[in-house]
Amino acid sequence: MKFTEPAGPNAIDNQTIISRPVSRIDGRLKTSGGAKYGYEQLGPNTGAAYGYVVGAGIAKGKIRSLESSAARAAPGVLAVVTAENAGKLGKGKYNFAPLLAGPEVHHYHQAVALVVADTFEAARSAATLLRIEYAAEKGEFDLQAARARGDGQPAPIEQDPADTSVGDFDGAFAKASIKLDETYSTPDQSHAMMEPHASIAAWDGDQLTLWTSAQMVDWHRSDLAKTLGIEKEKIRLISPFIGGGFGGKLFLRADAVLAALGSRKARRPVKVALPRPLVFNNTTHRPATIQRIRIGAELDGKIVAIAHDSWSGNLDGGPPEGAVAATRLLYAGANRQTATRLAKIDLPEGHSMRAPGEAPGLMALEVAMDEMAEKLKLDPVEFRMMNDTQVDPEKPERKFSLRNLRACLQLGAERFGWSRRPMTPASLREGRLYIGYGMAAAFRNNIAMKSDARVRLGRDGRIVVETDMTDIGTGSYTIIAQTAAETMGVPLSSIDVRLGSSDYPVSCGSGGQFGAVNSTSGVFAACMKLREDIARKLGLPFDSKFEGGRVASGEWRIPVGEAAANGDLVAEDGVEYGDLDKRYQESTFGAHFCEVTVDADTAEMRVRRMLAVCAAGRILNPKTARSQVIGAMTMGVGAALMEELTVDKRAGCFINHDLAAYEVPVNADIPHQDVIFLDELDPIASPMKAKGVAELGLCGVAAAVANAVYNAVGVRVRDYPITLDKLLEKMPIRA
Amino acid sequence: MRAFKYSRAASLKDAAARLAETPNAKLIAGGTNLLDLMKLQIETPEALIDVNGLPLDQIEVTQEGGLRVGALVRNTDLAADVRVRRDYPVLSRAILAGASQQLRNRATTAGNLLQRTRCPYFYDTDQPCNKRKPGSGCSAIGGYSRGLAVIGASESCIATYPGDMAVALRVLDATVQISDADGETRDLALADFHRLPGDAPQVENDLEKGEIITSVTLPKPVASRQIYRKIRDRASYAFALVSVAAVIGKDFARFAIGGVAPKPWRSETAERELPQQGVARFSQALFADATPTRENRFKIVLAERVLQSTWTENRG
Amino acid sequence: MTSFPLPPVDRRTVLAGATAAATAYSTGLSAAGLASGADEQTVTLRVNGQTHALKLEERTTLLDALREHIGLTGTKKGCDHGQCGACTVIVNGRRINSCLTLALMHEGDAVTTIEGLAGRDGQHPMQAAFVKHDAFQCGYCTSGQICSSVAMLDEIKAGIPSHVTEDLNAEPKRTPEEVRERMSGNICRCGAYSNILDAINEVSGAV
Repeated sequence: MKFTEPAGPNAIDNQTIISRPVSRIDGRLKTSGGAKYGYEQLGPNTGAAYGYVVGAGIAKGKIRSLESSAARAAPGVLAVVTAENAGKLGKGKYNFAPLLAGPEVHHYHQAVALVVADTFEAARSAATLLRIEYAAEKGEFDLQAARARGDGQPAPIEQDPADTSVGDFDGAFAKASIKLDETYSTPDQSHAMMEPHASIAAWDGDQLTLWTSAQMVDWHRSDLAKTLGIEKEKIRLISPFIGGGFGGKLFLRADAVLAALGSRKARRPVKVALPRPLVFNNTTHRPATIQRIRIGAELDGKIVAIAHDSWSGNLDGGPPEGAVAATRLLYAGANRQTATRLAKIDLPEGHSMRAPGEAPGLMALEVAMDEMAEKLKLDPVEFRMMNDTQVDPEKPERKFSLRNLRACLQLGAERFGWSRRPMTPASLREGRLYIGYGMAAAFRNNIAMKSDARVRLGRDGRIVVETDMTDIGTGSYTIIAQTAAETMGVPLSSIDVRLGSSDYPVSCGSGGQFGAVNSTSGVFAACMKLREDIARKLGLPFDSKFEGGRVASGEWRIPVGEAAANGDLVAEDGVEYGDLDKRYQESTFGAHFCEVTVDADTAEMRVRRMLAVCAAGRILNPKTARSQVIGAMTMGVGAALMEELTVDKRAGCFINHDLAAYEVPVNADIPHQDVIFLDELDPIASPMKAKGVAELGLCGVAAAVANAVYNAVGVRVRDYPITLDKLLEKMPIRA
Repeated sequence: MRAFKYSRAASLKDAAARLAETPNAKLIAGGTNLLDLMKLQIETPEALIDVNGLPLDQIEVTQEGGLRVGALVRNTDLAADVRVRRDYPVLSRAILAGASQQLRNRATTAGNLLQRTRCPYFYDTDQPCNKRKPGSGCSAIGGYSRGLAVIGASESCIATYPGDMAVALRVLDATVQISDADGETRDLALADFHRLPGDAPQVENDLEKGEIITSVTLPKPVASRQIYRKIRDRASYAFALVSVAAVIGKDFARFAIGGVAPKPWRSETAERELPQQGVARFSQALFADATPTRENRFKIVLAERVLQSTWTENRG
Repeated sequence: MTSFPLPPVDRRTVLAGATAAATAYSTGLSAAGLASGADEQTVTLRVNGQTHALKLEERTTLLDALREHIGLTGTKKGCDHGQCGACTVIVNGRRINSCLTLALMHEGDAVTTIEGLAGRDGQHPMQAAFVKHDAFQCGYCTSGQICSSVAMLDEIKAGIPSHVTEDLNAEPKRTPEEVRERMSGNICRCGAYSNILDAINEVSGAV
């Protein structure tokens, strides 16, 4: 299906099954221990051996020698894989540091070896017997210093240019009545998904089966083939359940490559899970940013000039963090510019983490907007509404496909009781606690991606959907079943969904909040094709109705399964997009509100109320979509108050590399969360008239918390995370 | 984990004898810290002697009217004991502020006293650490020190003692009962149990080889208000940035501070002068010899503010 | 009922894969699990009512015994260091982190994992409530959350206080604050906490 013009009325509009709060169809499996993740696909007595990954003990330099005889001689050890004996390895399209280092080391805990043994403990224990000598080299690990030296180079954000400029920012800013010029920083963050990266590899001749935990089946498969130097077709890659990814499992990682190499050497299936303390430096992270924001406005509150400069660092070949992306589109203002700078930093690979770009970008922009509102003596909600725009502010002839930011702000303010917000910071107290309200706008672009699927109708009227789409907790299994059931006019119980295997047509995969909208659009397309095949088979017109498990036309009511009486009917199709996303700006919008308490003695901060209002087109399943949003809000609380990969600038590593030292929110940190979805359809964005929502839920949350903390105690912290030590001495001593 | 010999101790005597005669042997009870460290080969015992079956899991009233807490009493049971909740609430509170319920269900009284630091450099075997590898250097000095010691540290180590329970035991003037292979027993004030690092940070307590903690004794309860305040970044399941254990009676006040030093930090001398001098001076005296880093000097401010409010809210 | 097949890997595929491997590398297979060097001991575990006599390396954790030796993979390994709670199981009525205990330390102990929580073929009310309230997303922490929730409600019933219990000398209550604190040893990075609380409240009858 080519999607080149806005969708007209279609089969999805009935909303008899889609858009209903259906419980997950894999819920019972996941709550009973029955859902088997990649690493669990080969159990006892399958002959699988265990691989343990060893990470580099330096950040930069060379392996001078790697002595493995003691490890090899250790009881139970089957093989030791190193760069020296692995053969020539390629590099995947999406990797910019090799997944097996040697002799060159590019970052801390980059894999240098895999020890394979009969048991997990034997492998782990033997791994410490490797004697590795390094020749360490000096690296750059300090983004502040690199920026101060002017090391940052202009860097495009994918297809967007490094510098954008419209109008005369400098002139307009100089003349503006009210000005803000502040610099904010966001730290390196870790995905910290609960399931570490893990794979099992098994060779049968030159055929490789890899069970793994991948958000993008086809990307992993292609990059694994490229890395191993074999044909893609030789690899069967299976990723049935994924224990969280958040971007950390978008790309092939060392567990997969080393499992394949280890299995080849040990001549056994090999299971490799990254040890948790290795995950933080071995894999990717969200890079730290330094962001300078300048806003100029007239006394009436209209923004006349806005500029956003962002610095981040990465290894050679790595991308910048696209923190300025939202600023180009969120608010009006005739004179505007952005600049993206990238410094060479020898920390581990910086890459996508949930809402890359917008998430850290709004952590800065939405605090700047709060500061600006205060300077203008305007309510922050009012200030944002005044500067809303229905067109791309850089190209006023280009409209948004649908933009209901104002409605989000208004409804949110009303439901949250925003009018009760203390006007003066540090003016509301309950005993030992200061109370503050904060809000922020949410913004995240929609991404249109090709996505294919295959549907098969059996004589019993059951329909099997196959696509290599993944379910990383997003609810893909369920919304795909809903989509197929709605389109085919059959009950949800007639649908079987099969995902996560390279045996199936290539989908968009999971990431960038593009998964739900594109994968269901692809399934919708395949189902529409199947409807044609069914109609043809039954001799009914193409515009026959599909409902109640029957195909209806005129007097005819034929059970859908009859079309497959002589054999399964199989249809394969997908969605491909034209230039609608060029003609229109497709984005999702929202508003976050929260209430925090700050302890007057200790500056301990806790969030006690949260609300998100989201406008993201059709919501395919309000139950699973709400879960995506509350989960994102939780991650936003982490970003605001605790999450930080701490850089040791001498060792060149993130030193707090486990789940005790890298704190993420626990249950006690999170209050009841409310989510409201605006009832809207976006026929320009997709045939489903839906857009993504999972990352929108994160964008702006941390700023809302930061603004609430400011409202509570009157101390503005521009350096995330906002930990109590940054407030303590600036807070008023309690009387 | 390096391979080891596992055996179960038949009796206290048996455990002590084997502990004394087996090179590089360790006792295991809860295992919640020991196994954690063994997986990283920070601890590499050649033998583990499982003492879980020994009858050291009782809480009994002493002749003096205090409580004797067996070494194997689980954290959960100690915190939930009605006598502890009634007479030593600071101890219940401190235990409940630590770890998670899952960990408290396994962790034991003696094991908790022996838990090792959470300094990230101690945990990273690729980094120098004098506590893990004597003589290799201290990476924390000049490194990431936000969570580390502001006082009692040395040039060879600035790690903190991470626990909560011991901070309460310190303010309660608890003593530790220790037994050796010959059946000799000794009593040690908790104040003297943990050692400051000096130039041997690998030695963390006063236990000699072959010695076993058999119980911890709480003196007779005193009429007092007891408070444990633990300050941390997230609301639960995290180690303290600073914690304050307080026992405030009609004419006395005792405070022990956690999270600031290699052992629970307390000054009886300063406490005596508190009523006259006030909390600001008390805090100054308590931290008189502090050597904070830029990253952790906030702990002193934080401690002072908690002391201030605890004292103001609970005195007389 | 919606059928939900284990999509790409059914039992047959696994066995076929393993057979292929066995054919190709039969010599390697014969050594499986026997030559790891560490001494082995036998231990008898009662897991979900079933007795398992296992011969294990001494250093095998309870978690690995369950997952890699018995094949009960419902219990998850999130960190292997007691920092996440994904491995929570109930031993003799109490929840513990199965990663921080040796299997040998549980001779004769009754272990309940997520697979055994409901009894045969059933669904424990907590499991049903988790589905109803969508109290999970990726599902990786879920087994631990559910085991933890069930044991947690028993702890409140037994009068075990928590960090947020206001009056240490009174019976603890099932307030949201109590449940949140008591469930804080189970990290959910997908952030389902608010729904987890709703699920637990439904089961406990709390408002």
